[in-house]
Amino acid sequence: MPYEPVIGLEVHAQLLTETKIFCSCSTQFGAEPNSHTCPVCMGMPGVLPVLNRKVVEYTMKMALATHCRINEACNFARKNYFYPDLPKGYQISQYAQPLSEHGYVDIELDGGKKRIGITRIHMEEDAGKLLHDEHLPSSYVDLNRTGVPLIEIVSEPDMRSTDEAVAYLKRLHEILVYLEICDGNMEEGSFRCDANVSLRPRGEMMFGTRTELKNMNSFRNVQRALDYEIKRQQCILESGQDVIQETRLWDDSKGETQSMRGKEEAHDYRYFPDPDLVPIVIDNAWTEEMKKSLPELPLEKRERFIRDYQIPPYDAGVLTSSRALAGYFEEVARLSGKPKIASNWVMGDVLRFLNEEKRDIKECPVLPGSLAEMIQLIEDGTISGKMAKDIIVEMYRTGKSPQAVIEEKGMIQITDEGTLEKTVAEVIAANPTQLAQYRGGKEKLFGYFVGQVMKATQGKANPQLINELLKEMLAKE
Amino acid sequence: MEDILELTIAQIRELLQKRKISSVELTNYFLERIKRFDGDISSYIKVTEEYALKMAGDADKKIADGENGQLLGIPLGIKDIYCTKGIETTCASRILKGFIPPYDATIIRRLKDEGYVHLGRLNMDEFAMGSSTETSYFGITRNPWDLERIPGGSSGGSAAAVAADECIASIGSDTGGSIRQPAALCGVVGMKPTYGRVSRFGLIAFASSLDQIGPFTKDVEDCAIMMNAIAGYDPRESTSVPLNVPDYTEFISRGIGGWKVGIPKEYFIEGIHPDIEKAMQRAITTVEGLGATCVEISLPHTEYCLAVYYIIAPAEASSNLARYDGVKYGFRPQGSIDLLDMYKKTRSAGFGAEVKRRIMIGTYALSSGYYDAYYKKASQVRALIKRDFTEAFTLCDAILTPTSPTPAFKIGEKMDDPLQMYLSDIFTISTNLAGIPGISVPCGFTKDGLPIGAQFLAGHFEEGKLIQIASAFEKYANIEKRRPAL
Repeated sequence: MPYEPVIGLEVHAQLLTETKIFCSCSTQFGAEPNSHTCPVCMGMPGVLPVLNRKVVEYTMKMALATHCRINEACNFARKNYFYPDLPKGYQISQYAQPLSEHGYVDIELDGGKKRIGITRIHMEEDAGKLLHDEHLPSSYVDLNRTGVPLIEIVSEPDMRSTDEAVAYLKRLHEILVYLEICDGNMEEGSFRCDANVSLRPRGEMMFGTRTELKNMNSFRNVQRALDYEIKRQQCILESGQDVIQETRLWDDSKGETQSMRGKEEAHDYRYFPDPDLVPIVIDNAWTEEMKKSLPELPLEKRERFIRDYQIPPYDAGVLTSSRALAGYFEEVARLSGKPKIASNWVMGDVLRFLNEEKRDIKECPVLPGSLAEMIQLIEDGTISGKMAKDIIVEMYRTGKSPQAVIEEKGMIQITDEGTLEKTVAEVIAANPTQLAQYRGGKEKLFGYFVGQVMKATQGKANPQLINELLKEMLAKE
Repeated sequence: MEDILELTIAQIRELLQKRKISSVELTNYFLERIKRFDGDISSYIKVTEEYALKMAGDADKKIADGENGQLLGIPLGIKDIYCTKGIETTCASRILKGFIPPYDATIIRRLKDEGYVHLGRLNMDEFAMGSSTETSYFGITRNPWDLERIPGGSSGGSAAAVAADECIASIGSDTGGSIRQPAALCGVVGMKPTYGRVSRFGLIAFASSLDQIGPFTKDVEDCAIMMNAIAGYDPRESTSVPLNVPDYTEFISRGIGGWKVGIPKEYFIEGIHPDIEKAMQRAITTVEGLGATCVEISLPHTEYCLAVYYIIAPAEASSNLARYDGVKYGFRPQGSIDLLDMYKKTRSAGFGAEVKRRIMIGTYALSSGYYDAYYKKASQVRALIKRDFTEAFTLCDAILTPTSPTPAFKIGEKMDDPLQMYLSDIFTISTNLAGIPGISVPCGFTKDGLPIGAQFLAGHFEEGKLIQIASAFEKYANIEKRRPAL
């Protein structure tokens, strides 16, 4: 029987606020254990939380960017459970009244569009971290992460394949990073994902029994874990057995999911409104203010690039994959006045150099102004496209302007007909065999002559001029 | 120096300023009294002698420099529920034994700013859960008026210490009557301010939506002085209210001519001790003698108060007390085999029976499937109780009730019957549920010589009115001046 997977995702994103959600400790990652703590985030007796307003604003931005409805009033609830990384014995989260609900994002797959519903986006605090001693039966608690603000984005069970799930996840990631409210670093845990997966016979309306997958810390692992889990459930169903509702952990090294706890061991979190915090009231003015602060989002930007710059959808997708890259490209396009050519250079050479060194566009030694200048030098014939390929390498290596590189290397294009005519004549004279063949009908050899002229001029000759001269001179006796 | 016993904060402050006495002398005087009498009473868990004398020395220097804090050089006792930097703070529980806070509660900071002297930590029911100060891990506190009886609770130590002149005044906390009931049973003045008036930051939480902080004093004027020192907005508490605080001493001697004082019919029920009933009749006469009119009012949801309280308070407590897990501070038994075992051993041995009872009730009330029937329903009824008061205060300026249905009962009398114990707070609990302020003032003695308290209630943030009516009452009620025979 053909089965159809049903997937819903819960994404936790750490917000890029400077201070924690309920105290003024730093949120910086990687500090000495317990150095970014205070009585409040350590859960000392008697302490009280005070909400960081920035957290509300960042969450509102994400809610608006994903077409969610922002509730006029929301509150915090306590999620009660015991664990050493949770110093209060409860996590302050949102439950019955989240900040926002009923949104969506659109994903694209094989050219088709699909809308994935977002159930809710709410605020909560992160827990600390446990470090386990390798030799002794002891564990250490680091509370630096405790109280770092998180948003939880819960999707509807709208995804029907691993590819859809990954595409949805990438879309969320892109939006969060665009909004500059999350750094999106999956390895450091600032962007985390849990998945609910079930299978049902194709055509069936009812959902099957689901499992919850945890511990997938990269897009690749999400893909692998979902693929594995779908196969596992399929085997169970095909053998006539029932899937057990449970939480399963992805084991990256073994490439499999393993049972963590069953339904019976599931926590009863005993949610109730946190009496230490007051309801958050969000009026229209605040929402409007946040709306105005939203940047152009990746999808809008991409459509604008296709429309205004006449570049292919794929290129537009690459160029809008980050706000910085899109900004870089637009700067080059504006200064050079040649968006399509600018796109080719950014997509081709610039990104290749950066990717080789795993550098970010923000660290690119070739400034947008330099690249635009280089494009103009090609346009006005000062250098050839081929020369530019070498020049940009030098520009990337040294950070110098194209003019400076050209002067240093003496790379001015030969555009003088008289000079070039002489070289072309010499090349023809030096290759009598090829000349005979060419004239005998082997026209492919034209390229050979172009190459020889280029070689003789060390690539400085204007290609168009070479073409014209060669055609003319090869034709005449 | 025996006459120091008679003196209030207001009077002693004058002696200090005029250098008739130094804060160190005063502090030594109280330390001596504690040594002499506290063996019998046990109002203190711990006396911080060295710390107190240092603070007194500092205060004397400030007085010499011409400074004039509202409590400069005044020795106070502090309920052991306020985090105090460097001073062991236990909440009378084994689970916090050895816990030394790294920070000061806002109230402690405010008292320090006013130059107080910290005499020691006052006993209480464990985590403020109780009405008799019998559930403390550090032993029971006895009522100075009759050592066979309880002082009330949970702030029993705070009430007993003022009654026995082991401090000039003290600080307690009130979640369902924990200031007013022991104040009544020990014959002193005790006020629970409006929820949000005094910062809870650093008060070790029992039930967050009900807890408030307030003073125990010898008279109403001292209560006003203490309120001036501790009341006010605190940005570190989200439920703190940013309202200006009046000078409460200005409400003393204003009189209550023309006031309407509500007498809620639901509070004069069967089972009230006959001597208390008589005292209340006298109180009504006194109030009318002051030019006010007493009117019968109704608080129709009164009968649900106890039930609502015993769902909301334990529910919040079950969550508030989750942090005591042996991981970070306080008590942790040795020899646990794994994490779960450590949790179980820590909490089993660390908490006393009443605390465990309430954690269990609260956990149950919040459990999936029961939440709607218990916590949610209780919250809805709570809103109705609050509305009762709002409506009542459209008909009257203040409300007069007995503070407690009985005078101080015998030690052990109600320990095996939690329901009887819970009934001790029947007249005080509604105040916390509604968030309004209340004050208990002495209003006579039983035939057996036990103190009786009268409770006045007012609308939100109307502590000034309470000072006004309580001080007028105090002056004209002509209550016999007695001291406990120690």
